[in-house]
Amino acid sequence: MEKLLEQFSLGLFVWQLVLFIGLLLLLRKFAWKPILNAVEKREEGIKDALEAAEAAKKEMQNVTADSEKLLKEARAERDAMLKEAREIKEGIVSEAKAQAQTEGDKMIKQAQAAIEAEKKAAVADIKAQVASLSLEIAEKVIKEELSDKKKQLKMVDDMLGDIKLN
Amino acid sequence: MHQFFRTLSCSDMRYSFLSKIFVAVFILTTGFVSAQGHEEEAHETGAHDLKTEIKEYIDHHLLDSYDFTLFSYTTDEGEHKYIGFPLPVILWDNGLKVFSSSKFEHGEAVAEVDGSYYALYHNKIYKTDSEGTINFGAHHDEDTHTEDAFGENLVVEEAHPTNEKPLDFSITKNVVFIALVGLLMFLMFRSVANNYKKSHLPKGLGRVLEPLVVFVRDEIAVPNIGEHKYKKYMSYLLTVFFFVWIINLLGLTPLGVNVTNNIAVTFALALITYFITTFSGNKNYWKHIFWMPGVPVPMKIILAPIELLGTFIKPFSLMIRLYANITAGHVVLMSIIGLMFIFKNWIGSPLSFALAFALSLLELLVAALQAYIFTMLSALYFGMAVEEDHH
Repeated sequence: MEKLLEQFSLGLFVWQLVLFIGLLLLLRKFAWKPILNAVEKREEGIKDALEAAEAAKKEMQNVTADSEKLLKEARAERDAMLKEAREIKEGIVSEAKAQAQTEGDKMIKQAQAAIEAEKKAAVADIKAQVASLSLEIAEKVIKEELSDKKKQLKMVDDMLGDIKLN
Repeated sequence: MHQFFRTLSCSDMRYSFLSKIFVAVFILTTGFVSAQGHEEEAHETGAHDLKTEIKEYIDHHLLDSYDFTLFSYTTDEGEHKYIGFPLPVILWDNGLKVFSSSKFEHGEAVAEVDGSYYALYHNKIYKTDSEGTINFGAHHDEDTHTEDAFGENLVVEEAHPTNEKPLDFSITKNVVFIALVGLLMFLMFRSVANNYKKSHLPKGLGRVLEPLVVFVRDEIAVPNIGEHKYKKYMSYLLTVFFFVWIINLLGLTPLGVNVTNNIAVTFALALITYFITTFSGNKNYWKHIFWMPGVPVPMKIILAPIELLGTFIKPFSLMIRLYANITAGHVVLMSIIGLMFIFKNWIGSPLSFALAFALSLLELLVAALQAYIFTMLSALYFGMAVEEDHH
């Protein structure tokens, strides 16, 4: 210990203190701060890049999942639309069919009614014509028949005979 | 917290294990050497002198010096030659005195500056007379005696000179080295920082240094201080980590400049840790020191001084740990290298070389480990100071 104290050199101590503190300050300004900052910046950059990559990967997965979902949805929508269209089509067709049916029925009925009416009219016409023709024929026949007396009598007799029979 | 204890106990274990091995090896080899020395003592006292010389050389190596000597050698004429350059000596002794350390001629001459005389004694500057006389106090020896500053026959090695010591702010070898390491660190890390302006990725030096910076942040600062508060302390932790590490590593180079084995250096570092801890202490921290929650009142009164003392002991342990580890490493390493000169036979040198090599590798680990431990514990103390109340 005594030897240590004897060895102790105040001058060296002061110089060491001054030079070391000087070195410390110089290095702090010109070396440690720039080095540590650069290292830190780089580490942060690496960290950010890694995080960004991770995020991008996740995003990518999300996008894939999304697109798959979208595709699925689109497919479902398409199916739904197709189904709906089919339903609508069927509806329209069946409706049209029903309408056509009723329309047809109605038309048939009308036609039938018209036919009936026409038939009736035709029948009535024929009846009238038949009646007038019959009258004309009967007139002619009667005129001819009644040209002689004998025949007139005979006819009367026949007619009478018919009436009796009736 | 858990992690800290784990690392601490782990490093302690590793430490104690390795140190045991080395202590054992050291004791064995030195025992062997001394046994050999006893045998030869009758014939020659050279071995003993050599040992003293090695010991002195190691002591000298561990000390700071006023000139930057890369290596020295002795010529055949016994003249010491030094390869290096002198450094400025700055003294405060009734006014500022600046002169070149070459005036000391490596401790062999008295420097005269503005009518005052200074001499080196055990690598410290003392004010002397024109003869360079060093006076020694009476408390270590029976009779006061004087001795030449560069006299060879020292009777009392432990004696304290009573000469006046001027306030010494010299640019010593260690100061130069601290400044050089500071400059190196500044240039290195500034270039790394500038690179980030051009690109987001580290290039060149940054590839090596960035992981270390991130290590300090993620393994030292964040776990000990907490995610939200660590940023404030990053500059200090990084500076101290790299400073201690680089300076420890360079201390292992053949330049052999040891900075962290100066108690003044580690004291300065520990002091900064102490001040940062103390000034960032929040209410909760002080409450745990002066009025420990959850214990009976008498215990609170007993604990307060202990806890207060603890705040000083913590940085003190930082100081001693770094100093002792590096000093011990160097002493053992140099002793083993020194063995080469004592053995002087075919088995000694390779053994010494192998041991020195292994120990150098260990010292490389210790250099990093001590930097890590110093930073780790500093971070832990900061963490304690800013910890929020969990009760």
